[in-house]
Amino acid sequence: MAESTVKFGVVVFPGSNCDHDAYYACKHVLGQEAVFLWHKEADLHDVDVVILPGGFSYGDYLRCGAIARFSPVMKEVVRFAENGGLVLGICNGFQVLLEAGLLPGVLLRNSSLRFVCKNVHVRVENPGTAFSNQCRRGEVLKIPVAHGEGNYFTDPDTLARLQQNDQIVFRYCDPGGNLTESANPNGSLDNIAGIVNERGNVLGMMPHPERVVDPLLRHTDGQKVFLSIIESVVSQLAGTD
Amino acid sequence: MYRAKIRVTLRRSILDPQGKAVEHAIASLGEQSIQSVRIGKYVEMEVNSGSEDEARKATEKVCKKLLANPVMEDYHFEIEKAHNG
Repeated sequence: MAESTVKFGVVVFPGSNCDHDAYYACKHVLGQEAVFLWHKEADLHDVDVVILPGGFSYGDYLRCGAIARFSPVMKEVVRFAENGGLVLGICNGFQVLLEAGLLPGVLLRNSSLRFVCKNVHVRVENPGTAFSNQCRRGEVLKIPVAHGEGNYFTDPDTLARLQQNDQIVFRYCDPGGNLTESANPNGSLDNIAGIVNERGNVLGMMPHPERVVDPLLRHTDGQKVFLSIIESVVSQLAGTD
Repeated sequence: MYRAKIRVTLRRSILDPQGKAVEHAIASLGEQSIQSVRIGKYVEMEVNSGSEDEARKATEKVCKKLLANPVMEDYHFEIEKAHNG
């Protein structure tokens, strides 16, 4: 197969602070193309994948992600997602996806009341998505979290739907892969760490895969998320040739 | 000109950790009579519309679309006539 590169677009809101990490991961570690997408621009520059990075967009005013949703770039991101484009929301990006209605539910204040910044383990529940196809079912990834509002919540009907449709992609677990309460860093319903939309092209997750990609850090589990996306885009392009 | 006074509160079924923290602080103040503390947001805004009914509609719209997230929050508001100055 010919070497092809995937073009990632990293959205930059005022207050984003993991945008450069995501850019670095895609471009310098994984050798793909990457561009920044300024929140005021209503143009996605023909990217293959949009990343909504972590941070504190618009200072987390009103609610996390609530203001970002109304930025010009988000109208394009919503359109892009509706056309089947791949969108990855990390941490604050997950919050933005929920506020924008691209994913169901909300992220409440952590049940501990504390900002949690540490490595956690997540179990891959669905390796069939565009964001997890390089993982095995039940594989445990070690990825850091850093958030004050990561407590996933939704109504019982939506939760049942997420479960039935296999939309829960990552769940917090202990290093052995057990879904325990103590392995859940924020009180999330059903240990949910990351979910995908029904169509499978929009994923939101609280852990930060972009922080664990560089071999220099000797801890590269986050690469699997990016490699899955690359694999998915490349095989899709190959299929349309 | 009208003024909208809006309260946004977490729904009853949602745990309010901020309220809980304040509740514990109140308990350590030694005040035993206070319980079930819930914390919300208060928003005040001027609405430049011709009638109270229009002001109510405009306020309702921004509450639904922006000020409150219906999955976790409820909102209540009052509309009153605003006096200049």
